[in-house]
Amino acid sequence: MRVLFPALAVVVGLIILASLGAALGLDAIFGVLVPYAAFVTFVFGFIYRIVKWAQVPVPFRIPSTCGQHKSFPWLKNRSRIDNPSSWPGVVVRMFLEIFCFRSLFRNTKAEIHYTPFSADPPKVVYGSAKWLWLAGLAFHWSFLLIVVRHYRFFTEPIPWLVQFLESLDGFMQFGVPALYMTDGLILAAVTYLFIRRVVVPQLRYISLPADYFPLFLIFGIVVSGMLMRYITRIDVVGVKELAMGWVTLHPTVPDGIGIMFYIHLLLVSVLLAYFPFSKLMHAGGVFLSPTRNLANNNRVKRHINPWNYPVKVHTYEEYEDEFRDLMKEAGIPVEKE
Amino acid sequence: MAVKKQPKPDEMAYYKHNELLQVDYTPPDIGWMDTLPVDFRPGTWIYPAKAKNLKILDMPNPREWSPTDEDWKLPENWKEIIIKGMAERLEKYRSFKLFMDICVRCGACADKCHFFIGGGDPKNMPVLRAELVRSVYRKYFTFGGKWFGKIAGARELTIDVVKEWFYYLFQCTECRRCSVFCPYGIDTAEVTMIGRELLVEVGCHVNWAIEPVANCFRTGNHMGILPHAYKDMTDFLLEEIEDVTSVKMEADFNRKGAEILFITPSGDIFGDPGIFTFMGYLTLFHYLKDKGLDITWSTYASEGGNFGLFTSHEMIKRLNAKMYAEAKRLGCKWILGGECGHMWRVINQYMDTMNGPADFLEEPVSPITGTKFENAKSTKMVHIAEFTADLIKHNKLELDPSRNDHINVTFHDSCNPSRAMGILEEPRYIIKNVCNNFHEMPENTIREQTFCCGGGAGLGTEEMMEMRLRGGLPRGNAVRYVRDKYGVNRLACICAIDRATLVTVCDYWAPGVEVTGIHEMVANALILDGENKDRKIGFRMEPLKGMEGEE
Repeated sequence: MRVLFPALAVVVGLIILASLGAALGLDAIFGVLVPYAAFVTFVFGFIYRIVKWAQVPVPFRIPSTCGQHKSFPWLKNRSRIDNPSSWPGVVVRMFLEIFCFRSLFRNTKAEIHYTPFSADPPKVVYGSAKWLWLAGLAFHWSFLLIVVRHYRFFTEPIPWLVQFLESLDGFMQFGVPALYMTDGLILAAVTYLFIRRVVVPQLRYISLPADYFPLFLIFGIVVSGMLMRYITRIDVVGVKELAMGWVTLHPTVPDGIGIMFYIHLLLVSVLLAYFPFSKLMHAGGVFLSPTRNLANNNRVKRHINPWNYPVKVHTYEEYEDEFRDLMKEAGIPVEKE
Repeated sequence: MAVKKQPKPDEMAYYKHNELLQVDYTPPDIGWMDTLPVDFRPGTWIYPAKAKNLKILDMPNPREWSPTDEDWKLPENWKEIIIKGMAERLEKYRSFKLFMDICVRCGACADKCHFFIGGGDPKNMPVLRAELVRSVYRKYFTFGGKWFGKIAGARELTIDVVKEWFYYLFQCTECRRCSVFCPYGIDTAEVTMIGRELLVEVGCHVNWAIEPVANCFRTGNHMGILPHAYKDMTDFLLEEIEDVTSVKMEADFNRKGAEILFITPSGDIFGDPGIFTFMGYLTLFHYLKDKGLDITWSTYASEGGNFGLFTSHEMIKRLNAKMYAEAKRLGCKWILGGECGHMWRVINQYMDTMNGPADFLEEPVSPITGTKFENAKSTKMVHIAEFTADLIKHNKLELDPSRNDHINVTFHDSCNPSRAMGILEEPRYIIKNVCNNFHEMPENTIREQTFCCGGGAGLGTEEMMEMRLRGGLPRGNAVRYVRDKYGVNRLACICAIDRATLVTVCDYWAPGVEVTGIHEMVANALILDGENKDRKIGFRMEPLKGMEGEE
């Protein structure tokens, strides 16, 4: 609880702050200044972090090889993707990692099984454990589609792709307005990821406030967004006007958009600003991971370490000087007789 | 009546199966930052590096001390040294910097570690092992950690933290199994390796790694075998081979102008069952001699393994340099490497970068089959499993697999050849050609998901017995499974550390299963010119199939 509470408190505080701001009519601050600042922080912060990582050299080529390497053409089971020997394999490996979470798909759970009333020793057994993968995938893909859907607020006319995704997302035609599948999925996924963290003892043990905070934040964003769409109804025309004002750099804040919108907006702004300084940067970092984005071709192509420096070695001459007599006696050839 | 000797914590018999198997995975009630200091109980830590060994290597802070001492006699400015060392490495290794930053603590790695599965200590979950270092990184290198401290997952570097690092970074075998499952490829081995480098800077390392390193630096091999003794031991093994096969064989050392230089771990010349693998090499080379193999051994580069990998990146380079230097001095064309795990991680992922380019060598070509080893075009070093698989494919070996009918084999993929190279099929191809009974262990325990022997990365020593048995549980359990299901009695591997440590693991968790290298089986199946008509025994002096009961 000591870990969970601070994260929850911050999110609740933000909701209160947004409500107050809306009630006090601080539109210019919460409708313009904060979102702008958050957006700028996100863009520059993200770039800054990537550049900082990219500036650090990769001294050694250290891919985790997860399959048979390239050796003889006649050997079966060569793994072109899990143990790529050149860049096309790496591209496919990275694609599968980033879009399908391939490594997480491998997940298993190990348990010790005790057989009651048996003389047999307990067994270590490995079971399938795909829920984390499934929830992770549902969460990230839903998030992406929701972001793309929001593009409708920032352009006129609305691009056909956005309209197409919207109709796809709402194809079940359930309720009025039609329930987006991604809304339901992301809510379920975030809830699962949270419950898992609280219920599984090992996960609870390793979790930091920085693990709960984004979950609460995103939960708040999803719920406020859904409330606006399905229940409280806000002035959508006004929201579009505001959003178009942002992108055309002529922000105007229409009256009466509603408190729920400001809550949603502040939480999104905080998420954006927090993103570059948090673990959420795994989104950028995964592209740079040297155990995944390099080919296993060290024996074919020399990898250069920019800071490779000479080290103190024990030369053959020093070795022979110490052991020359012993070597001669044993009939081992020497350089100096 | 004689008093029964009580076993000590460094003996297998000290540990009762039912006690060791009561693994409690529930973490303690208090947070992991508050569970210091670490309890250094016997069986879970390794004796510290001796001063004389550190001196040989010019390593910092040589002194006599013990982890159970209150005062570790660190240099006065130990904190500054570690923080500075960390800063330096954050600018040199993208892996380290990235892995400090992007972990989301999803927990997928938690039950992938053999030490966690067999021990249940939460700090042996790879994620938490890395957090031990990460928390210090946050404190001194991130905005959030500096200002918000514990709430941002940061903590001060204290003496107790250093002690905790020592304890847990030497309960990691750098096997990389967790990195296979991590969605971002975070490799705990990288964190462990760099954490150990930082400990090196203040003089805290384990003797079981540093003594081999010091030996290797001076004498050319981990075991500290001097040149004449290396030759004597080889001659002794040649005599053993003659006893078994009636064929007289030879081997030569440091011969200039040989086409190929052979380098293999010295552990195999030293002890059972490695020596049988060593005898396998000698037999194979003898067999191929008339067919055009021109090969020599070196006493200077008499170590394939590289305990530098368990010490520091610099030490990898210092030890590895001998391989190319010796091949150059002798004027060899290329290098053939024996069965060894971490050796091949070094050769595949570090050697060429550190000590290359080997432009004085030639692209390796098998003198027997003419096969070009194109996958070793740049390093010019070929794995003996590749070499032998190619020979078998081209029908260059006359084999009688039925001679191995007395054994029923399973194959243990060693960590590094599988996860830092990917040599999975060559050994299997060889085994299937030299013996008739082969059964795989369950799929979650082989290939890229293979389990460590529990004693890699400098941990395979007796005083570490409890952790080795715990860490060996997943492997031992899988061996036990095939033993009971298929009657497996032999565990094959291509790693010298495995041949030393898996004996203990099998004796404890799967008694009755013996450990072997694959070239022992190759040589037992190999039909030699002039061998005694009905070879009755194998290299272990064990009766071959159909010969049991004959004398």
